[in-house]
Amino acid sequence: MRLIFITLLALIIATVVGLGATWLTATRGTELGTLTIGAWTARPRTGTSEIDPYARASIARSGELPVGTGDGVAFTASTDDKKRPLDGRCDVVVSGVTPAARFWTLTLYDRKGQLVANSLQRYGFTSQEIVRGSDGGFEIRIASRSRAGNWLPTGALERYVLMLRLYDTPVGVATRSQRDAPMPSISTVGCP
Amino acid sequence: MIRLAFAIIAGVLLGGVVHLVSVLALPRIATQDAYSRMMPLAKLNAVTPLPAADPNNTLMPYMDPAFASAVCRYDLSGGPIKLTVPVSQAYTSVSFYTRNDVAYYAINDRSAGRRVIELDLMTEAQHSALPEDEDVTAADRLIIDSPSVTGLIVLKALAPEPGLMGQAQASLAAANCRVAPPEATPAKR
Repeated sequence: MRLIFITLLALIIATVVGLGATWLTATRGTELGTLTIGAWTARPRTGTSEIDPYARASIARSGELPVGTGDGVAFTASTDDKKRPLDGRCDVVVSGVTPAARFWTLTLYDRKGQLVANSLQRYGFTSQEIVRGSDGGFEIRIASRSRAGNWLPTGALERYVLMLRLYDTPVGVATRSQRDAPMPSISTVGCP
Repeated sequence: MIRLAFAIIAGVLLGGVVHLVSVLALPRIATQDAYSRMMPLAKLNAVTPLPAADPNNTLMPYMDPAFASAVCRYDLSGGPIKLTVPVSQAYTSVSFYTRNDVAYYAINDRSAGRRVIELDLMTEAQHSALPEDEDVTAADRLIIDSPSVTGLIVLKALAPEPGLMGQAQASLAAANCRVAPPEATPAKR
């Protein structure tokens, strides 16, 4: 009787620990093969056949298709440079320069990867439609109310994710640091 | 007490095994992965335009709204696939995914280097069955080996400004993906 109880307990612990760890890694992701520059993270290897099993599991769960390496690379940010979560009720400024690429797009998603509805039907910017300063740098204002210049509406969402995709770019598996890939800074400039 | 500790240790160790097995099994048992989501709307061995990314479109998460996209769901069991994609004005890319959503190959218009991206997709067995001296295996024909018999080809064309979306969609509408008839080229020698 006691043996059965002990075995049962061990099996229950095994199930909880095993499936719990799988769920955590599939939803939150792992640090395996990530490239972090400032607030931005990319996983260049998810766009190749050398994708790690954890990334495969998380892609299968979310239902997205990763950007292939010959196509480009995708960086995501869910916090600003000071590790403060991106808040749609605040004013957030993305500014600076981007790594070398033929085109890039910056898109705002909710935490499930869906676009956020707004009356302008503006969900992001491409490198071509952005208004730049005389030095070639740009500044995008992400806020719930309209702003001058490059304004990206948040729909006053509490938490959102930014995705910067570089297309036809040398940035990839071999990229290590800010020097190879100068990413724009993200800063929260004001909260109501 | 010793037995209880034993049960916990055994449980945690076994849990590690369960974790590894479930991580490896997840891509195979997932029912909401990208390929399964494409199943109902993507025709087999034909180009199907995907609906534009907007907040009401829950087809796939993290779609890029600046792109027009189309998909060709392929099955190579009937023979190799021939793919032709005319290049749009700004940027065009073709990405290949296996049945389990692994991106094994991607190419853009510049690396293809001409006005039309032309590719032949086949399994490794079909590739090795090609006659070796056939001149079509020369540089003017790009052959891709698919690691799986079924999978997805995603075609994307960039609309750098919202007004150019129609153009991008039109260039993808001219793309073609079909099973190549077995080449009737008996030995030339």
